[in-house]
Amino acid sequence: MVAGIRTRDLRKVYNSAPPVAAGTGGFSFGAPKPKGKGKQPKPEIVALDGISLDILPGEIFCLLGPNGAGKSTTVGVLTTRVRPTSGQAFIGEHDVWQQQVAVKRLIGVVAQRPNLDFSLTAREILTFHGAYFGLSSQERAKRAEALLERFKLTDRADQMVRGFSGGMMQRLSIARAMMHDPQVLFLDEPSAGLDPQTRLLLWEIVREYNQGGKTILLTTHNMEEADALCKRLAIIDHGRVIALGTPQELKAAVPGGYLLRLRFGLHSPDFLLRLQALAGVREVRANNSNGADLYADRGGSLVAEVAALASGASVELCDVHISEPSLENLFLHHTGRSLRE
Amino acid sequence: MNWKAFLAMLARDAHVARRNFVALLFQTFLQPLMFVFIFGRVMVGSGYMPPSYKSLLLPGIMAICMVGTGIWAVAMPLIAEFQFTREIEDRLLAPMEISWLAIEKVVAGSLQALAAGLMVIPAAWLLLRPGVDLHVPHPLLFVLVALLVALFSATGGLALGCSMQQTHIGLMFSLIVAPMIFFGCTYYPWSALEKFPLLQKAVLVNPLVYASEGLRATMIPQFPHLPLLAVVVGLVFFNALLLLTGLRNFHGKSVT
Ligand SMILES: Nc1ncnc2c1ncn2[C@@H]1O[C@H](COP(=O)(O)OP(=O)(O)OP(=O)(O)O)[C@@H](O)[C@H]1O
Ligand SMILES: [Mg+2]
Repeated sequence: MVAGIRTRDLRKVYNSAPPVAAGTGGFSFGAPKPKGKGKQPKPEIVALDGISLDILPGEIFCLLGPNGAGKSTTVGVLTTRVRPTSGQAFIGEHDVWQQQVAVKRLIGVVAQRPNLDFSLTAREILTFHGAYFGLSSQERAKRAEALLERFKLTDRADQMVRGFSGGMMQRLSIARAMMHDPQVLFLDEPSAGLDPQTRLLLWEIVREYNQGGKTILLTTHNMEEADALCKRLAIIDHGRVIALGTPQELKAAVPGGYLLRLRFGLHSPDFLLRLQALAGVREVRANNSNGADLYADRGGSLVAEVAALASGASVELCDVHISEPSLENLFLHHTGRSLRE
Repeated sequence: MNWKAFLAMLARDAHVARRNFVALLFQTFLQPLMFVFIFGRVMVGSGYMPPSYKSLLLPGIMAICMVGTGIWAVAMPLIAEFQFTREIEDRLLAPMEISWLAIEKVVAGSLQALAAGLMVIPAAWLLLRPGVDLHVPHPLLFVLVALLVALFSATGGLALGCSMQQTHIGLMFSLIVAPMIFFGCTYYPWSALEKFPLLQKAVLVNPLVYASEGLRATMIPQFPHLPLLAVVVGLVFFNALLLLTGLRNFHGKSVT
């Protein structure tokens, strides 16, 4: 049975705890408090502000967004760990909040923060996890062995995980989430802390798992990862979906698409105006007295013209950096901020 | 209800307890047995305490061991796993209602408390011998009381473990567990408080009083003790109260 993921207008508002001893008894100067207990309103954080997603069965879907965008909260709601303030979430046909047990059978979860069972060895973590999901002891042993091998943890299999490095823990977490062969796999920043080689291994494993017809939702702030892995992605910021589509579609949606970062000896407003007038240039943004960002619909061919213009105006051109159409540029375009901060 | 998952979690707790067996042994028995030795053997032997104190002490020590074990076994892992290591998340995601995970913790804690209680009897008896008058006229009643005491220790651990912050562990022991033990009629029978009528009434809010008096009532019935009915009613009441509080707080902690 294949299962997709569906959310309808999910909202989550966190009420963080009020500061200790705030507004309790004592005198209060200034404006009289409104009647009643005069409680100070708790600070509210809107983490999700109406997220609606339809993720198809068998799809690799990516949530992309900066820190605090609401990626982990979305994953939390979909995996029964966070109670939504309003809205609905479904895994397959099951309402996540109403039918938690049925949902938990379908999903495997790698949380952003490590949560391995520190009282157990790596192998025991996998076999006990299998036991919670009702696998027979033979099946457990077999799958654990295969996953340890796949994630290159065999030589550490019988050690306590307390002594594992961050990347090893991360690999084991992913192996554990795959242990019961879930229909839907949630990976919250799976490649955080992995070295480049292991990241490639992870990508390979994710693709392979997906080939078995499994749905995968992963979050990342790495453009390259989203681009390499997912069929479709949603860019979220401040708890809202600001763009959704295939990586190609999204990249094509950025006006221009190319970004030329230029550095001069010293430039003048007049010179920037002349840059703006070059064919294909959509926008010029100055930064400092010697830098400029040029958004354009062509890349390399512009460089010669910029250089000619510069020498004509006796402005020294020190550095040129061209970036091709990318999700990074898309994010910048939508939010005016860079994803990498 | 998913028994497979439930039993697998019990197996996990048993596995971890077995791995830490020696440490658990010292942690559970060292302090109570030193107390037994000094007060039951040295003080009685030197004439500062009457010989009957040996018999009075043993059920109280058993109550301390059981309650200490159960609270420790349930509360400490919960406090750490919810706030710090997040180890519990994997079990929260198992295909089982999360209340059953709390109940599994209670069952595991009760079993450990029972084991501790049964092991301390021969150990204390060996330390005190001769002169301990254990009668267990109604073994079934003894078993019932021991079960209720074990359950009390574990539900107490659940309630504490789900309402304490990690930074308050020290406070939990000095502010809750220690007073509970000293005012819990463990080192003395409830009837010894007759000269302090106010205190004698006040300690009845302490569930440990029913635990130690219940064990006295079933192990050394020849000495004065609270009526067994009061003991059973008291323990059942506190068990239910602590279990419900614990479950409610467990839910609050496991979902944000
Ligand atoms: N338990 C919580 N209590 C209060 N506020 C929270 C809690 N968890 C998250 N938040 C807030 O909700 C917002 C979204 O957080 P979330 O963890 O979903 O972001 P994220 O996209 O996963 O970010 P990151 O890339 O850093 O992992 C943030 O403003 C965060 O401060
Ligand atoms: Mg996150």
